[in-house]
Amino acid sequence: MNGLGETLLDEVDETLRVRFVVNGRKVACEVAPRDTLVDCLRDKLELTGTHAGCEMGACGACLVQLDGQAVHSCLVFAVQADGARIDTIEGLSESGVIADLQAEFHRRNALQCGFCTPGMLVNAQELLSQLAQPNRDEIRDALSGNYCRCTGYEAIVDAIDAVAKERSKSRNAGGGAS
Amino acid sequence: MDLEETAVKARAFSYFRAARIDQALDAHARAGDEARFIAGGQSLVPALSLRLQAPRLLIDITHIDELRGIRRDGGYLRIGALTRHCEMLSEPLIAEFAPLLHAAAPFVAHPAIRNRGTLGGSVALADPASEFPAMTLALDAEIEIVGPSGRRRVKADDFFIDLFETALQPGELITAIYVPLFKADQRFAFDELARRRGDYALVGCGMLATFTGERIDDIRISFFSVGNTPIRVKGAEATLIGSSLDAERIAAAQGALEGDLAPPESDEVPPAMRLHLARVLLGRLLGRLGEGA
Repeated sequence: MNGLGETLLDEVDETLRVRFVVNGRKVACEVAPRDTLVDCLRDKLELTGTHAGCEMGACGACLVQLDGQAVHSCLVFAVQADGARIDTIEGLSESGVIADLQAEFHRRNALQCGFCTPGMLVNAQELLSQLAQPNRDEIRDALSGNYCRCTGYEAIVDAIDAVAKERSKSRNAGGGAS
Repeated sequence: MDLEETAVKARAFSYFRAARIDQALDAHARAGDEARFIAGGQSLVPALSLRLQAPRLLIDITHIDELRGIRRDGGYLRIGALTRHCEMLSEPLIAEFAPLLHAAAPFVAHPAIRNRGTLGGSVALADPASEFPAMTLALDAEIEIVGPSGRRRVKADDFFIDLFETALQPGELITAIYVPLFKADQRFAFDELARRRGDYALVGCGMLATFTGERIDDIRISFFSVGNTPIRVKGAEATLIGSSLDAERIAAAQGALEGDLAPPESDEVPPAMRLHLARVLLGRLLGRLGEGA
C-alpha cells in the first residue's frame, strides 16, 4: 500500500525544504520538522538577534513578526512557517521603522544585558501599530508576556510611552510617522 | 554539546500539511495513535518541546479553508475552528453577536500567543484553566465535529467530560463553534482573578443572562480553574432565575456555590480559598449584571 501515513512515518526527522521571505529577502533552507523557527533563524540563517530563552512561550525573548504579527518563534516549527513572511529584529533595525524605539530604550537605560530587548521591541512595535496612544496600564498589559530580569520594567514602559507620544505628535503635525 | 540532554526540543516527527479535511482525517486514520493535529500550536508545541507528548506525525490543519471564517448561520454565529484569539478582539461580528468571547479574549495568555492560538484548538484541548472552553458553556454553544464516522454537533454541556477529556474521539477534528446570536434582552459579564495578567487564573467566570426588565428569565454561569473541567454552577443559576439582582439574591447565589463547586486539592491554592475567590468573583459579576453590564 502506498499509504500516506506509512510514507510519512518512514520520513521521521528527514529534512524538508522550506522557503520564507525573511527581512524582505527570499530564502530557502533544509529543516527537520522538529526544528523550531527560532532555531532555524539562528542556526540556519545566522540571524542571532532573535533570542531563544525559555523555549516554551513564557519569556517573549524570541518574538518575531510572522506575516506582520508578533509571534513566539519558539512556538512555531519552521515547517509551519513555510511560505510566510518573517521579519526579525535585524530587519526591523535595518529598515529604520523602530529607530525611535531603539533610541528611546538606549536613552532611558531600558535595557541592561539586552537579552529580552529584541522581543520587547517587536512587541512594542506591534502595540503602537494597534493603539496610537496606549496608557501605561495598556503598555504593561501588552508586555505581560515579555520577561526582563534586569530593569524592573519601569524604564521600558517609560520608553514606549515616550515614543507613543512622539509618534502621535508627528502624526498630528502631518509628519507621517511610520 | 548534546542538544537532547540540555535543551527543550521535541522528539523527531514527520510533518504533513493538509489542504482539505479529508486529507487530514485520512492521514490521521493511517497513523493512528502516533498522530496529532496541530493548529495554532500554542499549547501543543510547548508540550512537544517538553516531551510531555511525542507523536510521530504532526498533521497541520491551518491551511484548510473550511475551518476558517466567521458568519451568521440561522440563529447562530458560526465561528470557524481556526479563528485566532486575536480575532475575538478585532472581528466586528464577534463583538456584536458573541460579546462574551470578545470580553474574555484579553485575558487569554499574552498578545503574541493570541496571534497564533485558535478557538478550535483551545476548546479541543479543554484546559480547565482556559477561558474559551468555559465560555462555550456559558453561551450554550455547540461544537461541530468531523471525523471518520461523519459530522456531528455536540452541545457544550455534553462536550467536557473530565480533565483534558472531551467528546472528541480519536481522529476527530473540531470544524466550528456555533454560538447562539446575542440578543437585545441579554446581558453578559466576564472576569478572572490571577496573580499576574496572562497567568492562569486562580478563578475565572463568565455569564450570560436573559432579562425581562430587571427580572432574570434565564442565566448560564460558567467557572474555570475550579475543577477538572469548566463547570456550570446550576445551583447558583437556579437561585437567580425569576428574580431581580438585589443584594439578598446575590448572596443566595454566592451561598449556592458551595454545592456547585468542589475545588480540588492543590499545592498553590487550597480548596477553601478557591471557593472563597469564586464567591467574590460571582458577587462582583452579578453586581455588574444588575447595573446593566
